[in-house]
Amino acid sequence: MTAENNKIYLYPVWLRIWHGINAIGIILLILTGIRLQYSELSLMPMDFSLAVQLHNIFGIIVTVNYFIFFVGNLVTPNKKYYKIKPKGLVKRVTKQVNYYISGLFKGEESPFPISEKRKFNPLQKYAYIFVMYVFVPVAIVTGIALLFPELIIEQVYSVSGVFLTAILHGSVGFLISIFLLIHIYVASIGKNPLDNFRSIVNGYHDVHPSEKNKKS
Amino acid sequence: MPAENSHCLNCHANHTYSFFNEWLEVETKRMMNPFYVLDSINYVAGVHGGFSCTDCHSPDYETYPHNAELKLEPLATCIDCHGGDDTYADYQFDKIEEEFQKSIHFQKSGESFTCSKCHDQHYYRATARTSSNVSEIVSYNNNMCLSCHDNALRFETMSSEESPKLSQVHDWLPNQKLHFDKVRCIECHTVVVDSFMVSHNILPKEEALRNCNDCHSSNSMLKASLYKYENLQARSEDGALGALITNEAYIIGANQNPLLKLLSFIIFGLAVIGIAIHWIFRIVKKSK
Repeated sequence: MTAENNKIYLYPVWLRIWHGINAIGIILLILTGIRLQYSELSLMPMDFSLAVQLHNIFGIIVTVNYFIFFVGNLVTPNKKYYKIKPKGLVKRVTKQVNYYISGLFKGEESPFPISEKRKFNPLQKYAYIFVMYVFVPVAIVTGIALLFPELIIEQVYSVSGVFLTAILHGSVGFLISIFLLIHIYVASIGKNPLDNFRSIVNGYHDVHPSEKNKKS
Repeated sequence: MPAENSHCLNCHANHTYSFFNEWLEVETKRMMNPFYVLDSINYVAGVHGGFSCTDCHSPDYETYPHNAELKLEPLATCIDCHGGDDTYADYQFDKIEEEFQKSIHFQKSGESFTCSKCHDQHYYRATARTSSNVSEIVSYNNNMCLSCHDNALRFETMSSEESPKLSQVHDWLPNQKLHFDKVRCIECHTVVVDSFMVSHNILPKEEALRNCNDCHSSNSMLKASLYKYENLQARSEDGALGALITNEAYIIGANQNPLLKLLSFIIFGLAVIGIAIHWIFRIVKKSK
């Protein structure tokens, strides 16, 4: 077995470029977003107007970038990883959760090891679907609305439309940051904590002997 | 409007006026000086709409041609009528006068800067007190400032300096147009006094507010000024929660929902604790 055989090519170039831009964009959006929302806590020594400008600029970059993800997943084979399979969904997700909270510490093997057919474990897959097809689009739509407040319905019953939009934008932004926190942490679970970070940069996933045996 | 006003308005509510020229013995029609044309509809809607012209102007105006010296007659200032006025005690005219005397307008121009430079006696409406629409309050209020600060001719009557171009001196302000449409000039250009509806101490430009956080934070200054009255009113009608959700405006950083804020801190805290515990277990397991 050559070293090459131990690697599978999981992340195509377009996906890695998208992910890189998205990662930087989202991190900056979260930081500037916190700066704007909790300005009285002085969490960040950044000028308010600079934070507004950066938030707008990176909002637009992440929006445009989202279309790379969306179109890429329509036209390339990468779409198969995002297919929802309702049958046994809860069972599979529970199995993965159990692995993370107990199996992992008992030295059990991962119930859904990475292969070319299965890039994501079930928990990961549905988390990504939620974030990328619900949270991020909601953040984009409400963000565009806040950039052009004249587009927003002025009053929904007696509540300001801008106010509702802003609450939704802030809430979904918060959920995305919680996702990011967990996403980064879970990525550090592996043979070596840096393995997964290296993979998303060079595209290759190292298959460990145990995974390889299971596959064959 | 009192009926006797029609005598004046026959000419002064129109762009032309007619009179019998006794020297030439002919009926004559002339253009009215546009600065002396009164908008009678706006006059009636204004706070002094029920006044007779001669309540303030000399009764000698009732004859035509008007005596040229009448132009020099001293007109009553706000405080002449409203000083110590119990009927309008709520408006705190005496305090306004006191505040105004500290302002840059008074410092630069003294007594010649009368109330009417901003508050046109013919048309003035107390929008901040009567309107429930913040945009209306903002634009009405800002137009008072703009009537000189965006009008070179009127500005010249008060100052020998050149009127600075507003868009240029405010170019540091992000979303300038949005701010101009949604916020009153006085929000940044006056000292906000808590016990007071509208501050009249207009500051020199160097002292104007330039710190975004002063408005864009949970203890936003706007709550003490622009939204003060509205919030008080809303609170008495719907309770605190009502005031929170029926607020017409949204200001980044200022409209924080305390419940959502607390919830977000709890969720964030739990996520961090969860990760920390998991991490510790991983380290423990690895070291075994």
